Amino acid sequence: MAIDMELEQVLRPHQYNMPPYPPKVITLANGKKMIVRQAEREDVPTILKSVHPCLFIERDYYDIVSARLYGELLAWYRYRVKSEYCIIGQIEGYLVGIVNGRMENEKVGMSYHTLAIDRGLRIGSHLFAAKMEYHLEYLGQESVLIVAESPIGFRRWMIEYPLEKTDIPHEMGGCESYRLTREIYFAAKPRLVVGDRPVPQDLLAEAEAEIKYADDDTIRERIAGMKGR
Amino acid sequence: MREVAIIGVGIIPFGRRDEDSLMDMLAYASLKALDDAGLGEAERPVDAVYVGNMGSGIIQHQTAIASSLVDRLSLLPAAAETVENGPASGGSAVKNGLLAVASGYYDTVLVVGGEKMREVTGWRATDFVATMTHPQSEYPYGITLPGLAGMFTRLYMEKYGVTREHLVYVALKNQAMGTLNPYAHVEMALSREGIFESPHAIVNNPPIADPLHLYDACPVSDGAAALVLCPLEMLKKVNKLPVVIAGFGQATDTHTLQEREDPTDLKAVTLAARQAFERAKLKPSDIHVAELHDAFTILEIAESEHIGFFKKGEGGKAVAAGKTSLGGQIPINMSGGLKARGHPVGATGVAQIVDIVFQLRHELSKERQVKNAKNGLTINFGGFGNNVLVFILRRVES
Repeated sequence: MAIDMELEQVLRPHQYNMPPYPPKVITLANGKKMIVRQAEREDVPTILKSVHPCLFIERDYYDIVSARLYGELLAWYRYRVKSEYCIIGQIEGYLVGIVNGRMENEKVGMSYHTLAIDRGLRIGSHLFAAKMEYHLEYLGQESVLIVAESPIGFRRWMIEYPLEKTDIPHEMGGCESYRLTREIYFAAKPRLVVGDRPVPQDLLAEAEAEIKYADDDTIRERIAGMKGR
Repeated sequence: MREVAIIGVGIIPFGRRDEDSLMDMLAYASLKALDDAGLGEAERPVDAVYVGNMGSGIIQHQTAIASSLVDRLSLLPAAAETVENGPASGGSAVKNGLLAVASGYYDTVLVVGGEKMREVTGWRATDFVATMTHPQSEYPYGITLPGLAGMFTRLYMEKYGVTREHLVYVALKNQAMGTLNPYAHVEMALSREGIFESPHAIVNNPPIADPLHLYDACPVSDGAAALVLCPLEMLKKVNKLPVVIAGFGQATDTHTLQEREDPTDLKAVTLAARQAFERAKLKPSDIHVAELHDAFTILEIAESEHIGFFKKGEGGKAVAAGKTSLGGQIPINMSGGLKARGHPVGATGVAQIVDIVFQLRHELSKERQVKNAKNGLTINFGGFGNNVLVFILRRVES
């Protein structure tokens, strides 16, 4: 698709300077090592291959979350959103979870979505924590605005942290928004935010070499199958 | 009294079965059991059907499910009865079937246990199970079964020296066995590092009711299992090697824990086991394989002591030493137990017996089969130990 760069200067939003999120490694309940690292804009087409099959899964609101995430990542890829980032989880190179968000301004972060592609390992919890860690510890923000679209998200974020309710609107829509402040984050950090740095070179190299993704049937089975973990 | 044989068993994979109604699940398990018994469609002289279920009236807003199942299975005019006895509903249904056949009133009885719990959120499911607690002195104060189990665990740790590491051993063993059981809900083996040793375990395996952690609890599951019973003396054509119910026992304890002289004493387990062993003319050392009610890991340890497999205070050490693993002194929960197979409450008591029948018929893969198993035992634990059923099964050699 031809791009009119002169017009692009108008259409592309301002970007804040965003320091990188340093990768970390987390040992999961089954002993597997999950690498948590920041994705590059160029990774988006590959990441979307894992988001796409989720568009048709009604269970636990995966359809809504993945549809919105798909649009958000595409908007980032095509420079239509301000200061967005994406953090991914990989096990043996395979993409197992995605979180994203953006800077609303220098002080306030806007949490977008958390999509666990492999379930039952608290991958969503770990990645959401990484997202909050990025906003508050690396971007140096004062608070993050958050909404939940599924009961699971509500339990994981609003109750487990616990977040404070706010009247400030979130761009996800009309649902009530919640806020993670620095005080809440650092109080919750010892029980919710884990990970080792630096990541051993071999593990990081494996993750960075390629974002592998499971086939659609496998993803559907993991998310909406009969079995659990 | 007639000796009662289990001539057919059926179980469907436990898990989150969004596509199936409760009645579908009960019917699938029933048909598998009838087929296993060699009772074809044209020859299903089922006299009575007992269905163990705890919550269809609450969760599905459907009652009298046994009548519905009899019609669904075209077993009219078989007598139909739904048995509700909390998480011991399945065991109670088996007991009713057993007594009906043993007494001579019925010759062929189908016993089914089933529950569909994933239709509601985890919160609602926990609340539903908590309806068995005392309506004045427990439930209004927010007690849940994980809450009761947490308090029980703390006391048991203090009195008998059980450690968190012992509980971890139970979780590791049972989830490992679950990966070998095609009917198990949970198919993931845990790692000691991931749930216990690593600092990351605080997120992977958080406390849910201190000192119990996430992986100390069974999952919330959908599922169903079924048995066909008939008098051993009437067996003309044996489709598969029959297994007899050699003995059973049932006992009740106080409704609330605080009324018990010693809350760590699971009297109903001890008494029910004593009855079962007396009726079977066996002792704990005669049992080759057991399915215990490990809704929480502590219960496997406590039950193994109360039933007489180990002395008080030795159960946790026994698990750690591999005495309850395959090849150990008394393999426990080779199905994965409630911890991995899942705990659709009404199904559990029946599913435990189904797995013991598999064991006694020597039908399992070598990774799960207890070699030369002849006698098996189950404990179905209702309430928080206030209604317990113990069954002892024996392989019939010829």
